[in-house]
Amino acid sequence: MRKFICIQCPLGCEIIVEGERIEGNKCPRGKEYVMQEMKNPKRVLTTTVFIENAIHPMLPVRSNGEVPKELLKECMKILAGVKVKAPVKKGDVIYKNILNTGIDIIASRSMERK
Amino acid sequence: MKTDVAIIGGGPAGLAAAIEAKKHAKVTLIERNEELGGILQQCIHHGFGNFIFGEALTGPEYAEHFIEQMEGIDVMLNTTVLEIDKNKRMLLSSPDGVFEMEAKAIILAMGCRERTRTQIFIPGTRPAGIYTAGTAQRLINIEGVMLGKHVVILGSGDVGLIMARRFTLEGAKVEGVYEIMPKPGGLTRNIVQCLYDFDIPLHLSHTIVEIVGKRRVEGVFVAKVDENFKPIEETKRFVPCDTLILAVGLIPENELTKKIGIELDDITAGPVVDEGMETSIEGIFACGNVVHVHDLVDDVSFSAIIAGREAAKYANGRKIKRRKIKVKAGENVRYVVPQIINGRDMEEITFYFRVKKEMENVVTRLLVDGEVRKEKRELIVKPPEMVRLKVKGDLVMNANSISIEVKKVA
Ligand SMILES: Cc1cc2nc3c(=O)[nH]c(=O)nc-3n(C[C@H](O)[C@H](O)[C@H](O)COP(=O)(O)OP(=O)(O)OC[C@H]3O[C@@H](n4cnc5c(N)ncnc54)[C@H](O)[C@@H]3O)c2cc1C
Ligand code: SF4
Repeated sequence: MRKFICIQCPLGCEIIVEGERIEGNKCPRGKEYVMQEMKNPKRVLTTTVFIENAIHPMLPVRSNGEVPKELLKECMKILAGVKVKAPVKKGDVIYKNILNTGIDIIASRSMERK
Repeated sequence: MKTDVAIIGGGPAGLAAAIEAKKHAKVTLIERNEELGGILQQCIHHGFGNFIFGEALTGPEYAEHFIEQMEGIDVMLNTTVLEIDKNKRMLLSSPDGVFEMEAKAIILAMGCRERTRTQIFIPGTRPAGIYTAGTAQRLINIEGVMLGKHVVILGSGDVGLIMARRFTLEGAKVEGVYEIMPKPGGLTRNIVQCLYDFDIPLHLSHTIVEIVGKRRVEGVFVAKVDENFKPIEETKRFVPCDTLILAVGLIPENELTKKIGIELDDITAGPVVDEGMETSIEGIFACGNVVHVHDLVDDVSFSAIIAGREAAKYANGRKIKRRKIKVKAGENVRYVVPQIINGRDMEEITFYFRVKKEMENVVTRLLVDGEVRKEKRELIVKPPEMVRLKVKGDLVMNANSISIEVKKVA
């Protein structure tokens, strides 16, 4: 048995999945949500990387699309070793095609050279 | 120094107010930090701007969109407003010294601050390793400091939930989130994407009864609470940890506001404002978290645009009616902002309010002089999620009594 909370609308239905049975969703979108969550859950990753010569030591970054949830930790490991130099512009690609997902890690903000 | 509109605080509220006000007046934006953006610069997660941009931006992305529009605005960084008076004279402090500034209108946009341990009274020792969630967020996301390996979080507000995920991604183990109320304090999407996603346990109706540790936190005693929020002795147990995060709520930052005697709302802890975001002192406006704590930044920006526009008009000498009609919080409504309707000539007015208890299948209503003038169906209303009701301005312009209520649909 697995329990989900649907976040497709503010009702937040609690959905229980047991084998083939899906229960608790008040509309069909809940079922779709749960199917996707069971098949291939994906998330946007937001974190930071080191930056040199900038106002702060860390640069916030994000994935420019969703990456499979089970790869989040692996992505974090890769990004822990990344160091960039200011200046950086918002949207600059910091790490291309992370773990062959086709998704890039981009800068969430601009940082000038200090 | 002189200006038309002085804005105190360069977070999303101050930024949006400045951009709007500069269309009509000379604007000075004063920010105590070394850069603009306010709390958004440390909120690196995404989920900002769904309404305004139609996509979920990160905090810094949302901020930069507004920071790019600062041309023509006099921005003063590293500058703190120490005092203001009724005549709109301000005392400022910057690395160059203390100086005065005079404005025709002032907009308060100082945001909010966090409640601390002393405000919630947890007994025990005072070891290192205890942080408020916002401080932890700044240290990790901006300074790049890792705070601990085994983390306990007290409080399930959004900041605490976001930090639970952040600690986990950074390789720490979050032992659990403890919430004294029977329902979570944060948005459902945060419960799901920050806790469930990483199998972090959420213990509702639980609190921390004692902190243990000499130099550094070694653990906490937690216990279940009864209906009166009193810890139940038999349920007390020890949870080892090296870091304790307090996410026990935010309160509007109103030191300046209090000092000059602006009327405050007991429930929101922010100034009472009218539909133009003007406080009880003429020409002093307020917007964003300084008025009431928002869960969505989009609402902060919307209210700031109104404050910016109305403050600029005031600076340009416009006089308004002051009918001072109180907006009553009716059935299942904890508070409503704006609290006062003065009868400004406005096309639209949005009432923001929070409910006392969760209810499904409801209608939110505006009553004017005892009659229902606007209704909106909502599938569900919950205390952590602000509710909005947008109405035509002329519906309330000449009202003698106004109230907002939430009723179950029969
Ligand atoms: C952890 C966290 C997570 C959030 N997550 C989301 C989310 O996912 N989605 C969403 O939409 N919203 C979110 N919010 C809410 C949103 O970020 C806030 O509502 C918004 O940032 C408030 O804006 P503000 O301008 O009122 O305050 P702030 O951003 O706090 O800005 C206030 C500014 O005023 C300055 N200041 C204060 N006093 C003085 C003074 N005396 N002199 C000079 N300057 C001064 C401060 O330095 C600061 O820069 C979150 C909030 C927090 C805390
Ligand atoms: S199942 Fe349907 S009604 Fe329930 S939360 Fe999901 S989208 Fe909303």
